[in-house]
Amino acid sequence: MKKLITLNINGQEFDLAVSPRDLLVDVIRRKVGLTGTKKGCGQGDCGACTVLMDGRPILSCLTLAVACQGRRIQTIEGLSEGDKLHPIQESFVEHGAVQCGFCTPGMILSAKALLDRNPHPSEEEIKLGIAGNLCRCTGYKKIVESIAGAAEKMAEGEG
Amino acid sequence: MKDLTVVGKSLPRVDAPAKVRGEALYSDDLVLPHMAFGKIKRSPHAHALITSIHYERALALPGVLAVITGEDAPTAYGIVPQAPTEYALAVDKVRYAGEGVAAVAAVDEETAEEALERIEVEYEVLPAVFDPLEAMERPDVVIHAKAKNNVMYEGKQEFGDVDKAMAASDFVLERRFKTSYVNHAFLEPHSALAHFDANGFLTVYSSTQIPHYLHRTLSLVLALPMNRIRVSVPAVGGGFGGKGEVASSELCAALLARKTGRPVKVTYERSEVFAQHKGRHPCVMEMKIGVSREGIIQAVDFDNILDGGAYGGWGIIVLFYTAAMIHLPYKVPNARFHGRRVYTNKPTTGAMRGLGGVQPRFAMESMLEDIAKELGMSPYDLRLRNAVESGYTTRSNVYVPQAEFKKCLETAAERSGYLEKQGKLPPGRGIGMAGGYYISGTAYTLYMSYKPHSSALIRVDTEGGITLYTGATDIGQGSNTVLPMIAAEELGVEASEVHIISGDTQLTPFDLGSFASRVTYGAGQAVRSAAQAINRKLYEVAAVELGVRADQLISREGRIFSRYEPVRTLDFTAAVAKYIDARGPLSAMGHYSPPRKGMKGVQGANIGQSPTFGFSAQVTEVEVDLETGQVKVLKVTEAGDCGQPINPMSVEGQVEGSIVMGMGQALFEEIKVGSDGRLLNPSLHDYKIPTAIDIPEIDSTIVESYDPSAPFGAKESGEGPIQPVIPAIANAICDAIGVRFLELPITAEKILQALKDKNSGKSVSL
Repeated sequence: MKKLITLNINGQEFDLAVSPRDLLVDVIRRKVGLTGTKKGCGQGDCGACTVLMDGRPILSCLTLAVACQGRRIQTIEGLSEGDKLHPIQESFVEHGAVQCGFCTPGMILSAKALLDRNPHPSEEEIKLGIAGNLCRCTGYKKIVESIAGAAEKMAEGEG
Repeated sequence: MKDLTVVGKSLPRVDAPAKVRGEALYSDDLVLPHMAFGKIKRSPHAHALITSIHYERALALPGVLAVITGEDAPTAYGIVPQAPTEYALAVDKVRYAGEGVAAVAAVDEETAEEALERIEVEYEVLPAVFDPLEAMERPDVVIHAKAKNNVMYEGKQEFGDVDKAMAASDFVLERRFKTSYVNHAFLEPHSALAHFDANGFLTVYSSTQIPHYLHRTLSLVLALPMNRIRVSVPAVGGGFGGKGEVASSELCAALLARKTGRPVKVTYERSEVFAQHKGRHPCVMEMKIGVSREGIIQAVDFDNILDGGAYGGWGIIVLFYTAAMIHLPYKVPNARFHGRRVYTNKPTTGAMRGLGGVQPRFAMESMLEDIAKELGMSPYDLRLRNAVESGYTTRSNVYVPQAEFKKCLETAAERSGYLEKQGKLPPGRGIGMAGGYYISGTAYTLYMSYKPHSSALIRVDTEGGITLYTGATDIGQGSNTVLPMIAAEELGVEASEVHIISGDTQLTPFDLGSFASRVTYGAGQAVRSAAQAINRKLYEVAAVELGVRADQLISREGRIFSRYEPVRTLDFTAAVAKYIDARGPLSAMGHYSPPRKGMKGVQGANIGQSPTFGFSAQVTEVEVDLETGQVKVLKVTEAGDCGQPINPMSVEGQVEGSIVMGMGQALFEEIKVGSDGRLLNPSLHDYKIPTAIDIPEIDSTIVESYDPSAPFGAKESGEGPIQPVIPAIANAICDAIGVRFLELPITAEKILQALKDKNSGKSVSL
């Protein structure tokens, strides 16, 4: 039996008919059509499906869509403002933190959640902040550098 | 040589902006009108005859469009076409738990999954075997009728006189090593979308490293001419060899599309990625090395048993690569190899980053360390004394045109403080060194052919600008960035001015695929020669305009001018317009074939031949927790010879990714197989790969190097740097706790046990 729900994704409301067992990742990808959220394992292990719910990173492959009514969901598509990349996105591009790119959206959203709650993280704090996001291409080094670089850039922006 | 304007710059990837915005489209992101979803039913048994398949109840389920079984595609295929062993879906018999036996297309995934439950398969279970040594001794288990004693292939090579050289050696060391069952664990599961148009023309979008071999295989299995099929590769979420073979997802999508008349997409679950597997061959290796008193290698005798799993895959190639890999990066005047690739009832092994090299490298570099100790030499000196140099030819007739391996060793030793630290760190701390190398493409294709391995087309016009078309496929390694840089350097324009269209068998000219570290070198040559041909055409009109001879012209920073008199110039775009006005459309093709070198009369000796080689040396520091056995890799100092890097930032990415991937295999990665043959850890929760908190400090250096045979001097960098990782860690652990580990992975449990044994005075080699 389908249920009608409204999801707020990137500030836009979507009226959706979903079954109670539909996972947020599938609804975002297949029904809403925002394919930037990736599905790497479907079991909450890889972090590729990370989205932000009320600013906190969650695994959309372990989250039921019906449980997300009334919450603010942010996906990778909602991070840049028009042509202007978010400083974390910019930093990932500049530092060479993107190879195959499949982990990138989830990684960037985990980084955003980290920098929102801790604008000046240490290297260890950055590593912990993305410990739930697997990457097989980069060896993480350039990702960690990107996040540190973005933190600096964002701090300058404030000053 | 150093007069470069684009090559050598760390430019951001061209696809990075789309990827950070979530806009890059991967196969599973694609949607076609009326698209259906395919799912595969898999065998619970490791070895069984299929006695019947009933799927009427599945077809009766509303929303189910079609069911296929092995009977729908009974033609065997294989990446090595002379020995096809695999089917889209099992025919009559399954050979591993998880093998596909039927597939369903339905209007949505839920319905497809429900339909799988309604397919009834009856099996007659057969005895199964999971260990290659046991498989050779079990006449009651016949995995493939053609493979006697389950040996898929046995290979023997001898170069020089090994017995004589061993007898004459001052010191001979012999050891037995075992490596583990390792998966690529790329992040994007296999996915394919197939679609027949109104004229019966098939298009398959797939996450593959090898559009060409997929193209051939689709033609074979679907019995369609190749010119009725197009393979197109969207963004690929990593491959590392795992997408270097045709997957049944691709064939099932195409077969189901044909049967339903609708586009069909098949995307694997993570557990299916482990079933498809094609990961690293576990090896049981016996190696014997003879050296002189001065530490000069006299002979290497190498016996290798490779666990092939259920099917052929890249097996025979990997078998002979392990043979080839003992001939470099050290001079080995006498070498013998005996190898067998053996079938077992497990998901098939195949190509994985640095294939064939990683296992023997672990053995050889571990042994060199012990030999040095025995001779009272520094392992660094021993390596340096035996290291190859430019112009060396191996005993197996492999010519190394250019090598800065010694520089790699020197740099890694110097930057890490190896000589000051080795053997002198406090208990629990250790430092280890290792070297390695890899090919830059292969001399031969997998099937007999004389056609160029790579080709490229450049089209320049006054409207669309410069477009580079290449069959080379970007799987995340960055070829869509590097190849336009090569074109831009030659054409004398900015890299951003070269658009790229790649990885499409209909739109782009021929390329073999992304494997064997062949793309920058091989496809790079094709791109460069196409760009040179464009320049020759432009110079003819520019010469008239500038009043100088065409052969004196060069193109730099958007202008064409005489190298002797750079005052008068013609803009590149103006030259293009003039050419088109006078001569018509401007385009040119380039191509590349490596030299067909080899060694006649020696089995498998063409394998390992490559136009050139990349080298790497690493020094690794570890800390072993003596209470828990946990190893923390503190720092890896790497020095690599990749020739002239086209894009240094991309090279660093390859090196860092290789180090962390190799570290996982060294310390914890291993697929476990239950007593019934089912995988115990087919998930990224239970199959652990390194996370951000596991990574060491990495100090990597690209040593000064230039290979004149290469496009702007560039050699491989994607597979060489993984070669030294594991032995460098093993050597560091040995330095830390005085125990030589002979089996991978070197887990905390094994270390604790070893420490316990050591304290009670038992043997210290494990």
